[in-house]
Amino acid sequence: MKRVIAIVIVALLALSGWWLFRTQDRQPVAPSASQVTEATLKDPALIAKGEYLASVGDCASCHTERGGVRYAGGRVLPTPFGNIPAPNITPDRDTGLGGWSFEDFWQALHSGMGRHGELLYPVFSYTSFTKVTRDDALAIFAYLQSLPATKQAAKPLGLGFPYSVRNSLKAWRALYFQEGEYQPDATKPDAWNRGAYLVQGLGHCNECHAPRDSLGGSQNKPSLAGGQIPSQNWYAPDLSMQANGGLQGWSEQDIVDLLKTGQSARGTAFGPMAEVVQQSTQHMRDEDLRAIATYLQSLPPRVAVAEPKSPLDTRPILAQGAKVYAERCADCHGKDGNGVAGIYPPLNGNSSVNEPSGINAIRVVLLGGFPPVTKGNPRPYSMPPFAQQLSDSDVAAVVTYIRQSWSNHAALVMERDVIKNRHTPID
Amino acid sequence: MKALSAKWLARRVLGAWVGMLILFPPGTLAQDAQHPDIPDTLQQRIAACTACHGVHGEGTPESGFFPRLAGKPAGYLARQLKDFQDGLRKYGPMEYTARQLSPEYMHEIAEYFAAQDVPYSRSPLPPLSPATLKRGEELVTHGDPSREIPACSACHGSQLTGVQPDIPGLVGLPYDYISSQLGSWRTKTRATVAPDCMNEIANRLSESDISAVSAWLASRELPADMHAQPAGSVTPPLHCGVLGDKGDGA
Repeated sequence: MKRVIAIVIVALLALSGWWLFRTQDRQPVAPSASQVTEATLKDPALIAKGEYLASVGDCASCHTERGGVRYAGGRVLPTPFGNIPAPNITPDRDTGLGGWSFEDFWQALHSGMGRHGELLYPVFSYTSFTKVTRDDALAIFAYLQSLPATKQAAKPLGLGFPYSVRNSLKAWRALYFQEGEYQPDATKPDAWNRGAYLVQGLGHCNECHAPRDSLGGSQNKPSLAGGQIPSQNWYAPDLSMQANGGLQGWSEQDIVDLLKTGQSARGTAFGPMAEVVQQSTQHMRDEDLRAIATYLQSLPPRVAVAEPKSPLDTRPILAQGAKVYAERCADCHGKDGNGVAGIYPPLNGNSSVNEPSGINAIRVVLLGGFPPVTKGNPRPYSMPPFAQQLSDSDVAAVVTYIRQSWSNHAALVMERDVIKNRHTPID
Repeated sequence: MKALSAKWLARRVLGAWVGMLILFPPGTLAQDAQHPDIPDTLQQRIAACTACHGVHGEGTPESGFFPRLAGKPAGYLARQLKDFQDGLRKYGPMEYTARQLSPEYMHEIAEYFAAQDVPYSRSPLPPLSPATLKRGEELVTHGDPSREIPACSACHGSQLTGVQPDIPGLVGLPYDYISSQLGSWRTKTRATVAPDCMNEIANRLSESDISAVSAWLASRELPADMHAQPAGSVTPPLHCGVLGDKGDGA
């Protein structure tokens, strides 16, 4: 009997090993054998639609090196598992998508597999892109194929074992990847469905605005609950109508303004979101931006989690913070924390001030900087960096003061949180 | 009578308006009393720059840490912002600050600092031997043909105050600043569009050459006119990407 059990265990191990490590065998589909004709891919209307959708998906942001040729790849994306360079997606035959058919492209975008069937790393957000419709994917492919071909070979993968074994992604995919196009909810208006499609699919908002677990999987239920972006060390806030850290109080126009100009009556885009606004959302049509707002405004607030009361006596910290605020911040953000309309953002009720980690407020105080330059805000007002002027203790105090004044009720931050973020790499 | 009353009415209305204007100057009515007036000026907009480089781009000559921007040619300053944006020049805070700027805004900011005219101040010099200073003078004014090092003045102008619109001056800069810039080309934390001629030159200099050049430049009496010389004053001996690849090569 024992022997039978042993044989069964060995057989199961062998079977699972075979399942895990067998190589995928998919033959690429030659463009000449594709169901999509060359004439279709050359249709200017389809290409124009694809250009718009590629900007909605912000494809260029990852697939372009700083200062490099657009879409020619080379930007190295840091992840907790190693560095992954984005590939060249211009139609170069040797180093880009030159030999690809639409079937190959669809396989990558929709199923997260390369044209030979190899599993793709989910830093390419196919967990979201799987929701993109086949028609939209075709337009994007037509646009990418219309770009000038640039020869630029991919940089080597910076992943160690076991992550370097692509088949290890099988287990990951079983846990986190659900393949399938977006299914409209017939009970909801068209604008809501359009917004949900853009947010969940091409916009891939949940890839940043959700917590990731130790295996790098994004929380999907509930989605858009906010989370710290791994390796970048910014906190992407909750996008529901949550109070204290969410979009409570944001009108449709506020959401549209932020995405279109980088600035709104409720807050300003900075860090990675500044790049998203500049590269992607400012180019979106007003009706699409309004659809996104409609969808976000329908997200119910989460169950409120009570902040544990700090055992520290925070009064001296708050007094120190109030002093720093009066000297350094109040001139622009106002004693009432309400900012100056159209110029400086309010801190009172600001979702990035109230986000749970405190990392955004700390880093903004240290780095200062400009909101994104957009068509709607071509000469933005900026904030001075305080890294050279304020001690760790002063930064912690003023951030704590801001997070606990007016209507804000966020946790205090400590000097050690400031020290940790003083030298975070920039990218 | 009718005309008179109309005139009377007009005068009263005008008077009331003047009175209102005296009592409530424009801007105060709609303004929240808690908020100071935010001037609609570029200077106000670029607080992110002036916090370190000074309101007039005077920098911190005592420490040499934040470089002076005042009076440097606009094309040069705009190029530096672009190089930080593209990651060719590496310094986290500057890369972050320049990241989301448009070419137009970068040029406007560059013009602002280029137009500032503030006095130059002297910075501390390390103790260096007369022989080192002599070597520095030799390199700056004649270069070292045996190692294909051109004279600094061949590009940076006979007065070493730079040449419009793209070549910065070298006099009036602190020793620490010049030597660290020359060093940064060698450690690949400073670069610009190819062909990067300063990269070639910095790599042909030895470490002691860098000290010598920096010390001689920093010790020099400042010419009465510190403005960059007009465009076309020099014919660069190397091909330089920043100069639109002009020059006769070497």
